[in-house]
Amino acid sequence: MEVKFEPKIVAFVCNWCTYTGADLAGTSRLKQQPNARLIRVPCTGRIDPVFIIKAFENGADGVLVSGCHPGDCHYNAGNFHARRRWIFFKSLLDFVGIDSSRLFFSWVSASEGKKWVDVINNVIDTVREKGPFNAYKKFNRENYKSDAELVSASKEDSKINSE
Amino acid sequence: MRIGVFTCHCGENIGKTVDCPAVSKAVADIPGVVHSEDYKYMCSDPGQNLIKQAIKEKNLDAVVVGSCSPHMHEKTFRKACSSVGINPYMVEIANLREHCSWIHDDIPSATQKALDLLRFAIERVKFNEALTPIKVPVTKRALVIGGGISGIQASLDIANSGFEVILVEKEPSIGGHMSQLSETFPTLDCSQCILTPRMVEVYQHPKIKLMSYSEVENVEGFIGNFIVKIRKKARYVKDELCTGCGLCFQKCPIKKVALSEFDEGLTTRPAMYVPFPQAVPNIPVIDKSVCTYFKNGKCQMCKKVCGRDAIDFEQQDTFIEENIGAIIIATGYKLYTIDKKPEGSIYEGYGEYGYGKYRDVINGLQFERIASASGPTSGEILRPSDKTVPKKIVFIQCVGSRDESKGFSYCSKICCMYTAKHAMLYKHKVHGGEAYVFYMDIRAGGKMYEEFVRRAIEEDGVKYIRGRVSRIYEENGKLIVKGEDTIAGLKVEIDADMVVLATAMIAQQEAPKLAQMLGVPYDKHGFLQEVHPKLRPVETSSGGIFLAGACHSPRDIPESVAMASAAAAKALVLFGSDVLEREPVVARVNESTCAGCFYCKKVCAYNAIEVKEIKDRQGNVLKVVAYVNSGLCQGCGTCNATCPSKSVELIGFKDDQIYAQIHAFAEV
Repeated sequence: MEVKFEPKIVAFVCNWCTYTGADLAGTSRLKQQPNARLIRVPCTGRIDPVFIIKAFENGADGVLVSGCHPGDCHYNAGNFHARRRWIFFKSLLDFVGIDSSRLFFSWVSASEGKKWVDVINNVIDTVREKGPFNAYKKFNRENYKSDAELVSASKEDSKINSE
Repeated sequence: MRIGVFTCHCGENIGKTVDCPAVSKAVADIPGVVHSEDYKYMCSDPGQNLIKQAIKEKNLDAVVVGSCSPHMHEKTFRKACSSVGINPYMVEIANLREHCSWIHDDIPSATQKALDLLRFAIERVKFNEALTPIKVPVTKRALVIGGGISGIQASLDIANSGFEVILVEKEPSIGGHMSQLSETFPTLDCSQCILTPRMVEVYQHPKIKLMSYSEVENVEGFIGNFIVKIRKKARYVKDELCTGCGLCFQKCPIKKVALSEFDEGLTTRPAMYVPFPQAVPNIPVIDKSVCTYFKNGKCQMCKKVCGRDAIDFEQQDTFIEENIGAIIIATGYKLYTIDKKPEGSIYEGYGEYGYGKYRDVINGLQFERIASASGPTSGEILRPSDKTVPKKIVFIQCVGSRDESKGFSYCSKICCMYTAKHAMLYKHKVHGGEAYVFYMDIRAGGKMYEEFVRRAIEEDGVKYIRGRVSRIYEENGKLIVKGEDTIAGLKVEIDADMVVLATAMIAQQEAPKLAQMLGVPYDKHGFLQEVHPKLRPVETSSGGIFLAGACHSPRDIPESVAMASAAAAKALVLFGSDVLEREPVVARVNESTCAGCFYCKKVCAYNAIEVKEIKDRQGNVLKVVAYVNSGLCQGCGTCNATCPSKSVELIGFKDDQIYAQIHAFAEV
């Protein structure tokens, strides 16, 4: 029997808006798909882009970053910093060969339990359609038997990119 | 590390969709976990005792609780653990209820997710460190910025509790807009009669230091420990010598040289003046820009007549530094300029209805002055142009309010009420006069407010017309008001003698500048922002800074007073303790790797990053590094994410802790 692909999603959420919004979805018993694992940070400003790369490297099929709406940041401006970072970071992801459409951003406030459910379900559905993110295996040195194999793999990559 | 894991069933809340015993059993095999058990109600007394007992018996040094959201019971479990000697910050919560059992139906996948969440928390707690809350001392003195009714109320409340207050007012006198008003709704109390005793009380209060004609120049520091620099503007009068006899400004030959600010431009004032006779303090100021002495060195009439030798033309602005524990902002509002774009303002003027073009089209505050017993007409309703009694008067509500195309999206809230009051005052004073009010909706929420408006309509016969005015123009000495009555579906034309515009209340122009200085957020209109619109309406996101009155949003006198008392109460809560305890979630710099690029300083919203010099024994500077002022740091972690060398880390959300969680994801 063929096993249906179930995506694995990491969601980096800020403590004050989205985490609390997800809490509200819980207290409102709003059902959602169980594919996401939330990692709580104080503010989206705290999210280092490396976190996202690391999440992909550790097998995430999709990553969601969600914080307070612009202007509503608990720390005044953290989400503005985050937003600026993503603009650069998305293009960097494409450049290094990670499909940037697997990375999602949203603003979900503490009062938007319903919106949270819509956002997370949409992320899960979209990634499910895209299929598993296998490219991450390339990041892991352990997946190459020898240095030579790693070098040739990376050469192949650069060939694809230059084409 | 010896970790104990405690999985809560939360009755059936978690247990129904998560197989708690299985989860508890599975996590027991994770390296580091030496104890794992599940229980029906972990937050109950027996549940907490279970944890305490396990800590003692198994000599645990970290605890993970799988339960409800950390926002719910993190404090409970931290407290329980610290009571038996575990540092409260060695406790981690996995959210198995709000983020798992309540939102999923499928038992196997919910159980798997619960296991993952616990695993994340276990891997994370391995990198936690024991922390102690930060203690900061509290200076028990308050600064109140703005001497209107809100500032006065807040100052009196704090001072009457026995703490010192410094009240800073930029104008020569306190009193604010309330001192300009004639009567107040809905009781028609005389505004000055109820306000001036309060003003005098402020002036005479031994705990209040009143600094009129002064402005806050700079604010440094943090909650409980602000250092505030105040500019005391030169009055050219020595306030310690002046008795307020008034001879100087009566004799000032440069009369009628400027429009009276207090009378909203309806009258003039001399170069030397007190804003109004009941001013507090009753000390005049010299308007340097129009005084002949300052222009060509002649005159000095005031100096000649002053019996106390209080005039000092050489006076300079002075700066005073004060140590402050709490700040209350009560800077109030101003009215929307409706003729042209005000200088330096981001707003266009309303540009309609002939304000500024026709002298008999005035705004609400100008009508207050006309109706006031202390006003230019001693309370007689006379129109500004020819000082005759207007037989027909038109009031227009929502000029600039609730009108995004020409003004602001918000409702100015007080205009419905004061327009009803104006119309009523007019009808009381001009018998046989006709009063018309153009309105969009009547918003009269408040005790006795709706009744007040009904009284204006039913008892005093004010004619309310639902609709907008399209145009006002002058014809044969009359102001022709063209509008529509949307209820009757008819065009309306009124040949009025005078028109009063209820213009929008807007934020003070300097409010955003002040807000930036204090690190307080403000909205797109320049109104200052509270932390939480429902539950923390007078606090700002900057600790120790509170809001009172119309600097926050349009509000009337009772609301401003209530807000001021609330802000004072919040300041007093702060003064109730000698030291403050804060969550130790703050950034920390690794000085050995910091390269001193100060990107962190650029992104910090709280000015918490300082420059620190590392010196050798001879005092030579070896290198310059970032230093985090933990009193100012609020723990957002933006610096941590920004630092190129990862030399600054947010304690409690360190890279190690988050990477541990991300790595744990590999096994999902």
